[in-house]
Amino acid sequence: MGPVLAGVLQMLALTGALALVHKPLGTCLAKVYSSDEHWRVERWIYKGIGVDPGTRMRWPAYLRGVLAFSAAGVLFLYLLQRTQGVLPLSLGFRAVDPDQAFNTAVSFVTNTNWQSYYGEQTMGHLVQTAGLAVQNFTSAAVGMAVAVALVRGFARSRTGELGNFWVDLVRGTVRVLVPLATLGAVMLAACGVIQNFSGIHEVGQFTGGPQQWNGGAVASQEAIKLLGTNGGGYFNANSAHPFENPTPFTNLFQIFLILVIPFSLPRTFGVMVGSVRQGYAILATMAALWVAFVALMMWTEFSHRGPAFEIAGGALEGKEVRFGVGASSIFAVSTTMTSTGAVDSFHSSFTGLGGGIAMLGMMLGEIAPGGVGSGLYGMLVMAVTAVFIAGLMVGRTPEYLGKKIGTREIKLAACHLLVTPALVLVLTACAMALPTPVNSTTGGGAHGFSEILYAYTSGANNNGSAFAGLDADTGWFNTTIGLAMLLGRFLPMVFVLALAGSLAAQRPVPVTAGTLRTDKPLFSGLLVGAVLIIAGLTYFPALALGPLAEGLAA
Amino acid sequence: MTAHPDDQGNPMSTITPARTPQHDLPTGHRPSARRVGGGLFDPAQLVRSLPDAFRKLDPRVQIRTPVMFVVWVGSVLTTVLSLMDPGDRFGWTVSAWLWLTVLFANLAEAVAEGRGKAQAGTLRRTRTGTVARRLRADGSEERVPGTALGIGDLVVCESGDVIPGDGDVVEGVASVDESAITGESAPVIRESGGDRSAVTGGTKVLSDRIVIRITTRPGETFIDRMIDLVEGAARQKTPNEIALNILLASLTVVFLLVCATLPPFADHAGSPLTLTVLVALLVCLIPTTIGALLSAIGIAGMDRLVQRNVLAVSGRAVEAAGDVSTLLLDKTGTITLGNRQAAGFVPVSGSTEAEVAQAAQLSSLADETPEGRSVVALAKERYGLPERHRDELAGAAWIAFTARTRMSGVDAGGRRVRKGAAASVLAWVEEQGGETAQDAKAIADRIAGAGGTPLLVAVRDERGARVLGAVHLKDVVKDGMRARFEELRRMGIRTVMITGDNPLTAQAVAREAGVDDYLAEATPEDKMALIKREQAGGRLVAMTGDGTNDAPALAQADVGVAMNTGTSAAKEAGNMVDLDSDPTKLIEIVEIGKQLLITRGALTTFSLANDVAKYFAIIPALFAAAHPGLDRLNIMNLSSPDSAILSAVIFNALIIVVLVPLALRGVRYRPVSADRMLRRNLAIYGLGGLVAPFAGIKIIDLLISLVPGL
Repeated sequence: MGPVLAGVLQMLALTGALALVHKPLGTCLAKVYSSDEHWRVERWIYKGIGVDPGTRMRWPAYLRGVLAFSAAGVLFLYLLQRTQGVLPLSLGFRAVDPDQAFNTAVSFVTNTNWQSYYGEQTMGHLVQTAGLAVQNFTSAAVGMAVAVALVRGFARSRTGELGNFWVDLVRGTVRVLVPLATLGAVMLAACGVIQNFSGIHEVGQFTGGPQQWNGGAVASQEAIKLLGTNGGGYFNANSAHPFENPTPFTNLFQIFLILVIPFSLPRTFGVMVGSVRQGYAILATMAALWVAFVALMMWTEFSHRGPAFEIAGGALEGKEVRFGVGASSIFAVSTTMTSTGAVDSFHSSFTGLGGGIAMLGMMLGEIAPGGVGSGLYGMLVMAVTAVFIAGLMVGRTPEYLGKKIGTREIKLAACHLLVTPALVLVLTACAMALPTPVNSTTGGGAHGFSEILYAYTSGANNNGSAFAGLDADTGWFNTTIGLAMLLGRFLPMVFVLALAGSLAAQRPVPVTAGTLRTDKPLFSGLLVGAVLIIAGLTYFPALALGPLAEGLAA
Repeated sequence: MTAHPDDQGNPMSTITPARTPQHDLPTGHRPSARRVGGGLFDPAQLVRSLPDAFRKLDPRVQIRTPVMFVVWVGSVLTTVLSLMDPGDRFGWTVSAWLWLTVLFANLAEAVAEGRGKAQAGTLRRTRTGTVARRLRADGSEERVPGTALGIGDLVVCESGDVIPGDGDVVEGVASVDESAITGESAPVIRESGGDRSAVTGGTKVLSDRIVIRITTRPGETFIDRMIDLVEGAARQKTPNEIALNILLASLTVVFLLVCATLPPFADHAGSPLTLTVLVALLVCLIPTTIGALLSAIGIAGMDRLVQRNVLAVSGRAVEAAGDVSTLLLDKTGTITLGNRQAAGFVPVSGSTEAEVAQAAQLSSLADETPEGRSVVALAKERYGLPERHRDELAGAAWIAFTARTRMSGVDAGGRRVRKGAAASVLAWVEEQGGETAQDAKAIADRIAGAGGTPLLVAVRDERGARVLGAVHLKDVVKDGMRARFEELRRMGIRTVMITGDNPLTAQAVAREAGVDDYLAEATPEDKMALIKREQAGGRLVAMTGDGTNDAPALAQADVGVAMNTGTSAAKEAGNMVDLDSDPTKLIEIVEIGKQLLITRGALTTFSLANDVAKYFAIIPALFAAAHPGLDRLNIMNLSSPDSAILSAVIFNALIIVVLVPLALRGVRYRPVSADRMLRRNLAIYGLGGLVAPFAGIKIIDLLISLVPGL
């Protein structure tokens, strides 16, 4: 079996599995967020944190909940790292430096999981398990909560209430992420991913010389790393490390875990707004973009010419031999288009165009299918924008799901769309204009530029993957990428929740023959076009000077 | 009005235009002729509007459109740079074309405004220098200038006088020439009381004497408002326009960021950029096409209404018209011809159809109502009865139709013939000693059951008094209405017929006309309740009205079109006035509203799609020197970097002028479903917008490469 065929078959298997699972999971998620019952363990939690699960929140209250919870998370994680030296289970690692601790705390709370540290050389068991792993759950649950709040904005009418943040947060964790992550962890452990609390082992290398290996609760952290589109690896090599991702099957299973919730949420959206077809239109848009990007990535990676590539069957440098070009391409596209950021190969070593595809995948705004929750709300905001332009073309005030897209709505959607481009472009420009940041790159020229562009794109879009090669553990990068992650995560949430509040207050407009149908293939096509054009127009010059210049040079 | 039995207890006046809107009839026959669009565009207007376009270069004017203000600032910047380096021909050329871009945008707006200004000039002439004859409290007259009048003043107008201000007739009847505002030369009747009491300042009394109570302050009269509207002085941005402006402004910010952050990237690549090139890139990327044409589109939309003799109080109302999903249409005058007409004669057993026809004809000669005349006409057409005149029967006593007796007829010799409302005729037969045939009642009920109005025909002769039969009166639905409602349905608009008729009649007419719903025996309160119900369901409602009792409903409706013949209360309450007083025009107003929005959306899409080609022209031109691989993006194979950038800038400027006619005329609109409309417009303006600039830039590049020295 040739490597191309293997890649295509893996893609088909993956698509088939997702097609099977998205329906029951999506419906189940809708039930979780619509149910009136509280589980006993949930009641204990509410009592423990002192909130009344019966409170109905308008958007400012909901937002306050999101921000307060996240701020507490950042602070806790920061202090945990700063005091690591005096805490147990530290494996003897000292406290993390302030700038790196800030960067890491923000990174995990914002669901980015950008890592400017070497996991196995910096974080002990306690920080990894009680700090980082916990945020892997809660940051994903926060994303889902905000997405559900926006969906409620569409589904509800003449009310400002979007639900209760604490209930959504706890349910997302207790009813969705913990059970699924447990299943995933058992599955991964069964397939050879390690799960222990062992210390550091010194082993000899083939090439001579000793190497240090440490164990850890890897399988459990691995499952939520992928399921919650977090991406922060236990080890620096992330999913390329054999302890994290030992076999081609675990590799495929990991991609499945990355995609399963983001591709199920459109169904949840459809069920909650009372029209599964609306959900399918969103799903089709996401799926079309994802499949197209995978196809493009495989094409560039397989068709890369040169004697070494011919023998390997494609651009294999920086990829794991046990996965091959095809599986690495699927992983790379899936991880960049979902704000996961886990890697099973080094994006820096992809072909110039391949690196560009990975970057463009993030630049779309992490919406196809995007991060857990954040993908859905990002895509819905994009849909609002597309509806606004297209809706005018059918001669009516634009409306989406019966809600009019007026001045306030378009203002919020426009602000949402402005945040990440502004962060990426301005911070990259500052880094390029200043004398020192460029020194962090490996090799100058177009590739060096790509490394910096990739870093800010990854940070601001809360992806977390890196164009390996950039030494990001500097005061400048720790701070600016930290800011990019923080603003790139929470500013859009402000606009999304405000939008949700304004939609929920509206009276729905009935659907007539004069209404733009948003549950048809035509609309999905339009949305794909809008997503590509908006991202393309924003980043074309930057991409031209980085990956395109490199990729077209041959 | 004829008061036939079923009309009793019907305070809802049917619309009675002073002038029957005959001219709207042919439009129903020729659907192709009334498609919205086809505003006039005369290239000479471009030249005439040039001075205005230059005046608008003032930054205080420019700042109102953020997109064009950015271009303006860019033009100033490149001009200053060129002044500092006068030998830079490329810099001068770019500056010149940037200024032209701003100028073309101004021109588009100036042309749109120019058309209104011409109309305003005509109107203004009617207003100047009127002298009012004001009545003092003691009844004597004083002559004061029209501008000195206040609300509540009484003024006298006699034949030849120009009415000095808006008001209501409180005394007398006069024929008035309203051609100054309606463009229609046939005079209309204005009289005190009732629904035809409103007069408009600037119109001329042709005969008789009326006393008018002034209802509007000078400067706020109808004509003043009209002048403001057509001139665009009163133009405020509409909600959709504001929303679109926000989107355009944020896109502009995105592109500002793209261009502002590019220099460090370019420096790193080893191909530093000049400010002139950056400005050129920025101007090409920001949505100048739609930014330049946006206000022209809005002005032209209002203008299209004015051309159809409709005045909208605000652009907001025009926009709302596009969103309307329920149309309330009065039955009479809108859906049906003004009056019921005889459709057949039904004999009782023992008499023949011909007998009924003859008796009906004879008894209707004294009935001057349209219904009566239609009986005579039907008898002649269908039964070939010779036309008869009243003077043929010497010594006959004619009994004319009155609202009280509700009968007409004739007594000639020993024969008495009567025709009229069923109850009245039955009472007459009884009074004349005849027997009431059950048959007659059954026929009357059957006709009523079918939605018609029965008139009974009775005779008293040597055989005694008896009912001969019945006349079947029917509403006649205007030609082409069914097809129009079908179109409206395809556009997703529900039509509701409003009528004072009983439910049976209403249902029959509704079925025949093909409306979606009807409101029978409608009182003003019912109408109001219906509007509120529709609005509670999230639907926007449009209606027409002319009477004072329509005013609350007109105010409540999202689009309320008052007839110009109506009362000033109605005109005040509505947000549009139809000078032709043609209720059918509501449908066209909806189409104009939709067309306005479509034009904006289409040009926005076009403008955005254009950027793709501009990138493919400019990016390789800027960076192919540093990264030779990027020359593979130069798919248009443009001759030189300078020429590529210039071509994009020139295309960007010229496309504005090319699209001015489209902006003024509006995108072609056809009443089809939203899906089909979207597919069509996406294909034309989306795909077209992607492809067109590739061709355009290439052609311009070819031409530029012929110019020596560039």
